[in-house]
Amino acid sequence: MNETWKLLQLPAQADSLQRLRALVREQALALGFAAGCADDLALAVNEACMNVIQHGYRGAEGMIELSVGAIDGGMEIRVRDKATPVSMDDWRPRALDELRPGGLGVHFIREIMDEVAYLPLPEQSGNLLSMKKYLNNQGVGK
Amino acid sequence: MSADVRMQAEYAIVSLAGEIDLHSSPEARKLILTCLQDNRPTLVDLGDVAYIDSSGVASLVEGFQLARQRQLDFGLVRVSAAVLNVLKLARLDKVFPLYPSVEERIKNAG
Repeated sequence: MNETWKLLQLPAQADSLQRLRALVREQALALGFAAGCADDLALAVNEACMNVIQHGYRGAEGMIELSVGAIDGGMEIRVRDKATPVSMDDWRPRALDELRPGGLGVHFIREIMDEVAYLPLPEQSGNLLSMKKYLNNQGVGK
Repeated sequence: MSADVRMQAEYAIVSLAGEIDLHSSPEARKLILTCLQDNRPTLVDLGDVAYIDSSGVASLVEGFQLARQRQLDFGLVRVSAAVLNVLKLARLDKVFPLYPSVEERIKNAG
């Protein structure tokens, strides 16, 4: 990461989401993504941060640090938290033909983002989620 | 988000506007479920919604399910492009009844 990355650290609570989304949308537009894709990226990051608030910290106090920057041909967004460590195996999207509230967030993230991974951290120090989107693939779905 | 409920014929019309996210969706959910618990057929006007996330969509799904349970009419009207995009992403655009306007639905209902 270098100085062109934008950072925003906010309490892990619902009323932080609007500012987190705004940063993603603004940076996506600045990096040349179309408005519709910038909205999708803001939604994906919203869902990732919501997961941290609801399932990571589980209502306990904590912080979310969002960093957004350019990568070759696209944009990377990182979400750092100090909540209970999780892995991609913990991501269970619901079956879409099953009509029930909830479980949609993971599906949105996977549909919108091109690459999603937890980056390694020292044990028990939280999570660092990396999500990438490329300019030559601004649609959704794989 | 701003929210408003009004009656038109026997219908409750829940009009939502602005951004529906984890912060505001509990209020939207409560308004929708209260109308249905009062046994009102309910339409949710989403024409002025600029953003909705999975918690907002979950509130609409809960409304849809409660309406089905109680055999009450339920639908979404004036769905904005932003909301439709998210419903499509959730593959729910063919699940919810969508109407161009409140009048259109009431005129053709029953």
